[in-house]
Amino acid sequence: MSLQDYLNWVIIPILGLSVILVFIRFLKGPSLPDRIIALDMLILISICIIAIYSIQTNQSTFLDIALLFALIAFLSTAAYSFYLEQRERK
Amino acid sequence: MKDILIMILSTFGALFILSSSIGLLRKPDIFLRISVTGKASTLGIGLILVSTALFFNNYSVTTRVVAIILFLFITISIGGHLLARAAYIIKTPIWKGTKIDDLAGQYDDVTHELYSEKHHSSIKPDPSDNI
Repeated sequence: MSLQDYLNWVIIPILGLSVILVFIRFLKGPSLPDRIIALDMLILISICIIAIYSIQTNQSTFLDIALLFALIAFLSTAAYSFYLEQRERK
Repeated sequence: MKDILIMILSTFGALFILSSSIGLLRKPDIFLRISVTGKASTLGIGLILVSTALFFNNYSVTTRVVAIILFLFITISIGGHLLARAAYIIKTPIWKGTKIDDLAGQYDDVTHELYSEKHHSSIKPDPSDNI
């Protein structure tokens, strides 16, 4: 079993299953912070999928997009929590 | 040899990501969910990115991978802390099985400042206020 087959048939399905589980939490989430942490987790899993995809296509340029996604994940979490806190302040 | 190492590292990384997403789905409380994603997903993403660096095996990719890992190590914990603080202030319901809540009554309702003994604070928490 070569590395490409292994990544294709083992790693990508595990990551896809975890995307589905996190998305169920994103849809169910009883409160707004639940949805925010699920959104953060979706972006973090997409960083992993980008890393695996850059191995599969043998192009390291995709890692720049992964760095950009890490920035976006932190910015969105910080901004959402800031405005969530400000909303309660009368 | 290198392929086997990449397989092992990426398998452990994917399993940690899977366990953290199962925890995100199964835990009963927002604070427990933040705690789960903070730790397991950091380790999982780190292992998968290290396997990418092993595959390409040159300086430019390794530098990018180290930058991503350091940035994630810093920002996942900070983001989790910010979100947990905001969720506590807007009074998200806590799990029924929580035994003790040390922060009860310690936050000012208006200014959202934490009570401090050293500095002048507008609130005086009641020690018997804990659940």
